[in-house]
Amino acid sequence: MEYLIRLAQWHQSFRVPELQAVATLVGVDLEIIFYDDHSPYCIVKLPDEAAARALIARSILAKDIFELWGHGENYDEVHADVKTRAASLWPKYENVTFAFDMDTFCGKRSASARLEIFKSFHYIPFKGSVKLKNPDEQFLVMERYLAQTEATLQQIADTPNPLRIYLGRYIASSDRGAIIEYDLKKRSYISTTSMDAELSLVTANMTLAAPGKLFYDPFVGTGSFLVAAAHFGALTMGSDIDPRSFRGKDEERKSKNDIALLRNYQQYNTVSKYVDSFTSDLTNTPLRDCHFLDGIVCDPPYGVREGLRVLGTRDGKPLDPVVIDGVLNYYRPGYIPPKRPYGFEAMQKDILAFAARALVTNGRIAMWMPTAIDEVGLPVPMDQHLEVVSVSTQTFGNWARRLITYRRLPEGEFSDMSQARSKEDARGVSASEVNEFRRKVDISYFNKFQDEQLE
Amino acid sequence: MKVITANFVTCAVKECKTSPASFPLHFHDAELEMQELDFQPEFIRNVIPRIDWEALRVTANELGFPTLPESKPEAGALNDEQTLKDLHRILLETQVMEGKLVCGNCSHEYTIKEGIANFLLPSHLV
Repeated sequence: MEYLIRLAQWHQSFRVPELQAVATLVGVDLEIIFYDDHSPYCIVKLPDEAAARALIARSILAKDIFELWGHGENYDEVHADVKTRAASLWPKYENVTFAFDMDTFCGKRSASARLEIFKSFHYIPFKGSVKLKNPDEQFLVMERYLAQTEATLQQIADTPNPLRIYLGRYIASSDRGAIIEYDLKKRSYISTTSMDAELSLVTANMTLAAPGKLFYDPFVGTGSFLVAAAHFGALTMGSDIDPRSFRGKDEERKSKNDIALLRNYQQYNTVSKYVDSFTSDLTNTPLRDCHFLDGIVCDPPYGVREGLRVLGTRDGKPLDPVVIDGVLNYYRPGYIPPKRPYGFEAMQKDILAFAARALVTNGRIAMWMPTAIDEVGLPVPMDQHLEVVSVSTQTFGNWARRLITYRRLPEGEFSDMSQARSKEDARGVSASEVNEFRRKVDISYFNKFQDEQLE
Repeated sequence: MKVITANFVTCAVKECKTSPASFPLHFHDAELEMQELDFQPEFIRNVIPRIDWEALRVTANELGFPTLPESKPEAGALNDEQTLKDLHRILLETQVMEGKLVCGNCSHEYTIKEGIANFLLPSHLV
């Protein structure tokens, strides 16, 4: 059976990968029949209505799902399609109360025009009454008109008629409401680098977060990804090289054992999904080499707003331990170990190597990666034990960020590394020297953030 | 720091990772706090196969819990609610708020303060 999914008309390159991830998670066969970046209407094939409900219940970038009763370029085509495609369904809806509504994308229809359109479906033998509020069945006529962006991009002449018309029977809505619930503006604890609610939830979906699973974020910060994974039922732990990021700075903490990040779980009633936060550096991680994680979600610091740092000294020469008041300096309260700038390419390789060691078979890692705008199409970093599942891109002015999702392959299977990113970090010791992205993009961008911080 | 986390960490010093003496890290002067959390049998069943049972027995012992069974619950035992609840209690509801984790190989001490363990290393151990 074919179904129509109404998608949010943005974050386009995330939409199909998210649907596919959710289909994998809930275990339904999903076949994409029609998808276009320029259209919010996507047609899919699913085994049954239960599958449609399961799929939509976990989706963030999809709004709702409809049983597809017919579609076409014009109303003659639509009516002909409805008569062949949906006639067998009609007896089921003979006696229900029902309503028709209309959704136009990039177009307009007056109330009287809509009414005429609804009336044109008079041949469907409904015997029940029309009920506008809470009908048993809601039908939606959807019209997709040419979007200005598409006309410009594809150099198509503008047309007053719809490109495509659909009739669907409403089945269920998605979990998009979670975007409002998890809105950063209403969240207890955030920082300048917190990922927005929508993309955090999408990231959690890409990694198949679900009850019973264990998730980890090695750059946890204020916990944006973890609260999203916890929303979907996963148990979550995080670490950060800077404990102030998750614990809160002294003035942000409310009591002795207060962990600022934990207040977010309290706000969302998911405290039982919080496992731990600890202070550590991924390049010297205390985590054991064993496959214990179902998912890893992360947005590694890439040195624009926060310099990327790991343990060690700039010149590579270790400092000799000293004893102060009978105690080794590094055991004294408030000791801060030396850190050095680190290259982003090296860090990405370290993250993937860690994921290969720590994920269970078929476990997933979703990693955000900033990219200069001219490098968006270039290969992504890879690891032989990880298969690239999807790459989605969010573009800003002169830079973009890609969300790369990988799957841990079973032991003995290897991915084709010939397509992997082969870049190395430049040599050097300062943050800008070892980070090409910082050099390429930061000039105006970084300064902008500096200005914002000063305000 | 929760007991489950302690089962997944070892000494952060690279040379220690290959030494059996570095795992589990040993709790010293641990101050415990119990926190009631929703019982999630699905999670316990999923995570038990990934737990190092011998290390968990050592940790439980150090923290003053009754001795755990000699062998890891498997198959049918993972459907026994009391077994799962006992494991839920020790793995997720038991937190070390203050204390130290000490490596049995290099003797390096990691402090736990206000529930947060610090695994950062001074430069001579990196």
